[in-house]
Amino acid sequence: MNKVLDLLDPLLILSAALMGVALYLIFIWVPTETNQGAVQRILYFHVPIAWGSMLGIFVVSGSSFMYLWKKNERWDRLAVASAEVGVVFGGMMLLSGMIWARPVWAVWWTGEAKLTTALILFFIYVAYLMFRAYFPPGAQRQRLAAIIGVIGAIDTPIIYFAANLWSQAHPPIITGPGADADSTLGSDLGTVLLVSTLAFTFLFIFMVQTRYKIRKSEDDLVELKRSSSASVMTGAS
Amino acid sequence: MMGSLAVIWAIGRKDLLLEIRNKDVVVAVAGFALLVLVIFTFAIDLNQGNAKLVGPGVLWAGIAFAGVTGLNRAFALEVEGGTLEALMLAPISRDLIYLGKALGNFLFIAVAQIIVIPVFAVLFNLVVFRWEMLAISLLTTVGFSAVGTLFAAMSVKVRAREVMLPLLFLPVVTPLLMAAVESTGHMVNGRSWSDMAQWLQLAVAFDVAFVVVSAFIFQHILED
Repeated sequence: MNKVLDLLDPLLILSAALMGVALYLIFIWVPTETNQGAVQRILYFHVPIAWGSMLGIFVVSGSSFMYLWKKNERWDRLAVASAEVGVVFGGMMLLSGMIWARPVWAVWWTGEAKLTTALILFFIYVAYLMFRAYFPPGAQRQRLAAIIGVIGAIDTPIIYFAANLWSQAHPPIITGPGADADSTLGSDLGTVLLVSTLAFTFLFIFMVQTRYKIRKSEDDLVELKRSSSASVMTGAS
Repeated sequence: MMGSLAVIWAIGRKDLLLEIRNKDVVVAVAGFALLVLVIFTFAIDLNQGNAKLVGPGVLWAGIAFAGVTGLNRAFALEVEGGTLEALMLAPISRDLIYLGKALGNFLFIAVAQIIVIPVFAVLFNLVVFRWEMLAISLLTTVGFSAVGTLFAAMSVKVRAREVMLPLLFLPVVTPLLMAAVESTGHMVNGRSWSDMAQWLQLAVAFDVAFVVVSAFIFQHILED
């Protein structure tokens, strides 16, 4: 049997090593951005985490669609694993974004299109996970969850379009020191973001893979119980 | 084609007859929405200026919340009466069952609005009896019932379905809700069709996308 959590997994080691390099780059190597100050360093976490949550939504939608089409359990496991990891990344994205926005935009939250879209999508995928938790297990739960995944994917462009129109009608309140100043970092910013994004991407893949294995073990256990109780029954008769 | 429409109408008519006899859904939806309106007249100090500002939001939030309570009943009755199996056994395709149920829900929410919108006009002292209002109301109700019928069918077997349905329904219909609130806002401020055109287009796109996708995807819900 392969272990569910493998601490020597190459993905985990790679992610941890890159995470170390990213921390060094973020806190020691890269110069402080002059308009926003030290708080700008949150960006180096926020952007990769936001990328991870987008990746999560993308994988949930894709694998939900594949599940409805192929009815293969693997797609369902992949969908639930990336939904859970995606929601965790989404929550971290919203929190880190707010901590950054308070000093830079002078507000915790505003009606900007990307913010609104991110928040609504976060709610849709929380509802997806709650639905899975509330619904009795079985093929029907997997099908219905996949439908929510597909609906979320179809809704995403519509939400973004609406949020965009809405923020044009109600211009978001963005003041603060860094509201419209250009970055003073140039290519350093790109270098740090690249390393940090790679680190978080590998972490994302590792977490999804681990969750997938747990899900697989749960399914195996159910199958084992069913076959053992079936053999007991045939033995008794 | 005529056969399909007859099937849709037969299912919609069945729900309508049930509703005319017990009046459960329309009374619940209209009552709930009216209460939301009344509570907001206390919660907000209304004057001519801010009635125009907050009125459209209050109206559509009220109808959305109230609509959820009505949608919860849509399939609950079928499951309680064991008639969902009968519907599934009928030799008709699943998308027609969906469209029939959605037609019923559309009519219930529309009738509830016929009660709610005049009261809204009185409480908020706004002019709403205009063609724009009819267009906004119809487009929003189509979208609400398209998404709502799909999610109501899904959450009918969930424990705590009263909680599950709004959690699924409200975030998905947010763009439609924005369109309804914004175009109603333009209307009460006396602006023309062209000011709300983009929002109405968005509502049409939402409706078309979700009616088509829901009808297509519904077969996966009623599958055993």
